Amino acid sequence: MKAAVIVFPGSNCDRDCKVAIERSTGAAVALVWHQETALPAGVDLVVLPGGFAYGDYLRCGAMAALSPIMADVKAQAGRGVATVGICNGFQVLCEAGLLPGALLRNDHLKYNCKQVELEVANSQTRFTAGYKDQRQAVMTVGNGEGNFFADEATLDRLEGEGQVVFRYVANPNGSARDIAGIVNPQGNVLGLMPHPDRAFEPELGSADGAILFQSALASA
Amino acid sequence: MRAKVHVFLKPGVLDVQGKAVEQALHGLGWGGVEHVRVGKTIEFDLAAKDAPAAEAEVKAMCEKLLANTVIESYRVEVA
Repeated sequence: MKAAVIVFPGSNCDRDCKVAIERSTGAAVALVWHQETALPAGVDLVVLPGGFAYGDYLRCGAMAALSPIMADVKAQAGRGVATVGICNGFQVLCEAGLLPGALLRNDHLKYNCKQVELEVANSQTRFTAGYKDQRQAVMTVGNGEGNFFADEATLDRLEGEGQVVFRYVANPNGSARDIAGIVNPQGNVLGLMPHPDRAFEPELGSADGAILFQSALASA
Repeated sequence: MRAKVHVFLKPGVLDVQGKAVEQALHGLGWGGVEHVRVGKTIEFDLAAKDAPAAEAEVKAMCEKLLANTVIESYRVEVA
């Protein structure tokens, strides 16, 4: 099993993701600088980590979505490789057009940094199969722009097709329909604002994030 | 040529910064202020043969990078 974590200038959860994936799955994790043009051969999981890529200049994720490595991230995602964007990584996936919608400023204008309870809205995806009958998961959020937005038709489609994977039990930021995480129609690209990489051991307050990484690699 | 691009959240998208500024203006006594929108202006020089060519190029830049048309609308001025 092999995973890659992309490192953009301003990423700050790249090492967290590496450690979280290694400890929860035993997979070898390569850190891949954004100027690279190809992912390591045979990679089973690609993670776009949290942080402030390019200082959030222009819009969160806008510049990172145009980084050289993103061409191969898109190509591998197109071939069905499991791809996860966490927090800033979710913003990058939306800006890159790999997921629909966008992340707006939190409705209360404050930076959210706290533990959140999530409903596992779809446990039939390759990222959530391991949750089985566990209906809730605890992770943490840390963002100022985590307010998921999409037009009504897109939201209806996401809900109708089972693409809403995680919902907030108590909406912390105004996200449309309490959405915390979504997958693409093929089910191999996941974006979520909460951090599974900050919830992979009981010492961190929750180990529920480990299940996400384990599921993603078990399906590889 | 000089290009100016004005980017704003679309009318249907809640502009929480605009709301906060509106409340602050109300607090300062300007009670008649309504519908505040906070946007941004991006300016740059551009080599182009004429204004229509420049405008077409700047619009392409907006679609590709300067605006996210899922949530934002833009207006281009060239002179």
